[in-house]
Amino acid sequence: MKSYEVGQFATHAVKHRTLDVHKLREDFPILRQHINGKPLVYLDNAATSQKPKIVIERLRRFYAEQNANIHRGLYQLSEIATEAYERARVTVQQFIGAASSKEIIFTRGATEAINLVAQTFGRQRLSAGDEVLVTYLEHHSNIVPWQLLCEEKGAILRAVPINDAGELLLTDYERLLNQRTRMLAITHVSNALGTINPLKFIIELAKRQNIPVLVDGAQGVPHLPVNVSDLACDFYVFSGHKLFGPTGTGVLYGKADLLEGMPPYQGGGDMILSVSFEKTIFNHLPYKFEAGTPNIAGVIGLATAISYIEGIGLEQISAHEQELLTYATGRLGEIKGLRLIGTARDKAAVLSFTLAGIHPHDIGTVLDQEGIAIRAGHHCAQPIMQHFGIPASARASLAFYNTKEEVDALVAGLYKVITLFR
Amino acid sequence: MSDLQELYQEVILDHNRHPRNFHRLAGADRIANGDNPLCGDQISLYLKLSGNKLEDVSFEGTGCAISIASASLMTEAIRNKTCDEAKLLLEQFRKLVMGEEVAIANNLGKLAVFAGVSEFPVRVKCATLAWHTLNAALENRIAAPVTTE
Ligand SMILES: Cc1ncc(COP(=O)(O)O)c(C=O)c1O
Repeated sequence: MKSYEVGQFATHAVKHRTLDVHKLREDFPILRQHINGKPLVYLDNAATSQKPKIVIERLRRFYAEQNANIHRGLYQLSEIATEAYERARVTVQQFIGAASSKEIIFTRGATEAINLVAQTFGRQRLSAGDEVLVTYLEHHSNIVPWQLLCEEKGAILRAVPINDAGELLLTDYERLLNQRTRMLAITHVSNALGTINPLKFIIELAKRQNIPVLVDGAQGVPHLPVNVSDLACDFYVFSGHKLFGPTGTGVLYGKADLLEGMPPYQGGGDMILSVSFEKTIFNHLPYKFEAGTPNIAGVIGLATAISYIEGIGLEQISAHEQELLTYATGRLGEIKGLRLIGTARDKAAVLSFTLAGIHPHDIGTVLDQEGIAIRAGHHCAQPIMQHFGIPASARASLAFYNTKEEVDALVAGLYKVITLFR
Repeated sequence: MSDLQELYQEVILDHNRHPRNFHRLAGADRIANGDNPLCGDQISLYLKLSGNKLEDVSFEGTGCAISIASASLMTEAIRNKTCDEAKLLLEQFRKLVMGEEVAIANNLGKLAVFAGVSEFPVRVKCATLAWHTLNAALENRIAAPVTTE
């Protein structure tokens, strides 16, 4: 069996013009805030991202000037709302390089999109003894829906293990793929460690055995250029709120032929062509999967967020974040007793760490007093924590609007933590 | 004193560094496990009863400074108390950390150091973990003997 050099798939070593971050920060009203008398240093972007005022304003304008239900009104306002909602679909399609806008289904978030695929596509395909493959890097939302389905079907959930840098063991991955594997569900970027998975390679191997692949892109789209056609994945999901858009919005991309063959997820209005008590005829794609009134304003706001970050450029965003990551890794490395959890060679700007003898929760509380928002806990990724033998970690996750000064503030905050507890 | 110093009083830091009664208790007749999944805190509490009296108390586990210090100070506070006295303390402690009754600190002796927790609502769970576990142990009528190696 071949073994793979884990760092060989670097995808984003592009050098570009630098961002004017200080100017971009002015687009985010919340970043002007003070917390406990200190300027807010927001380093919890993997949990959710902040919203530019253009998105906030778009929501206001929709509710103030355009609010109506979609796909049903015969009046002008409803047409305007419908048009904006459908234009958002095209914005998303182009953003991730999907072949057609009917392959874009709006959901409440990544979690709902994964559940949708598990409960329709997965349910159709799985029988007793079949296998679903996930990885140790998954967020609980890409484990539990598959686990529930496997339990119901008597199928087996398997997971690709990781090494101590937090990288997938690709030789094990290749070994785990077999004739019973019915589905691969894998994250693009780990929310807990920042590891960027070598998706192209991984998908290619799965495809050789005709195994469908769902990619959890919740942490991918905010940080890396994504092209689903190029990746050749079958499904790609993400959440709007991590992409500088409104909460309660998400996207499921699915290949049209697969979506066509899937039964509906929920029943209700909008997803039907005709209903009688004898028989219901389902609507075409993508409406078949959008039962009920969706988050209209949210979806329109999400499109605004996407246009906003396209205006900045994901190549630029990625390059700036890589520079921050290198800087932050160096600065945190100076701190005695700090252990970085997750040191993948191909990594997004996530810094998970522990401090010897100090619980992450205490780190979080002390940093909060300094106006610094980080996450402390298991990050909904307990298998990762188990791999590293820790109950929890502290995590700083960066976005393009973060700066080196903020990294310095984090480091100064951590020295305060250490002084208090030693 | 800043809120932070109010929260992390020297007594708390000391009990976090050197938790008292931190071991598994041979011959315990009540054990309960407490979990705080949000932060990964986990403690096991061991009680040895003599009639209605808590003759010996100990704990083990991992957690943040607040939860470990709280468990440590609790074991000291309830040893040699009756079950009813322990339950009363539990209720008073809850009121203290919830900020419901500030004056109650006067009844609580050393436990009064946790008054600062009320300024940190997200940390209330950490401070009460051991006490909830105690409640579970006291409610558990069926003796659950600890196996001793
Ligand atoms: C990698 C990953 N997948 C899925 C999710 C779930 O996203 P949501 O809660 O928005 O559905 C998250 C969010 O934390 C995530 O980081």
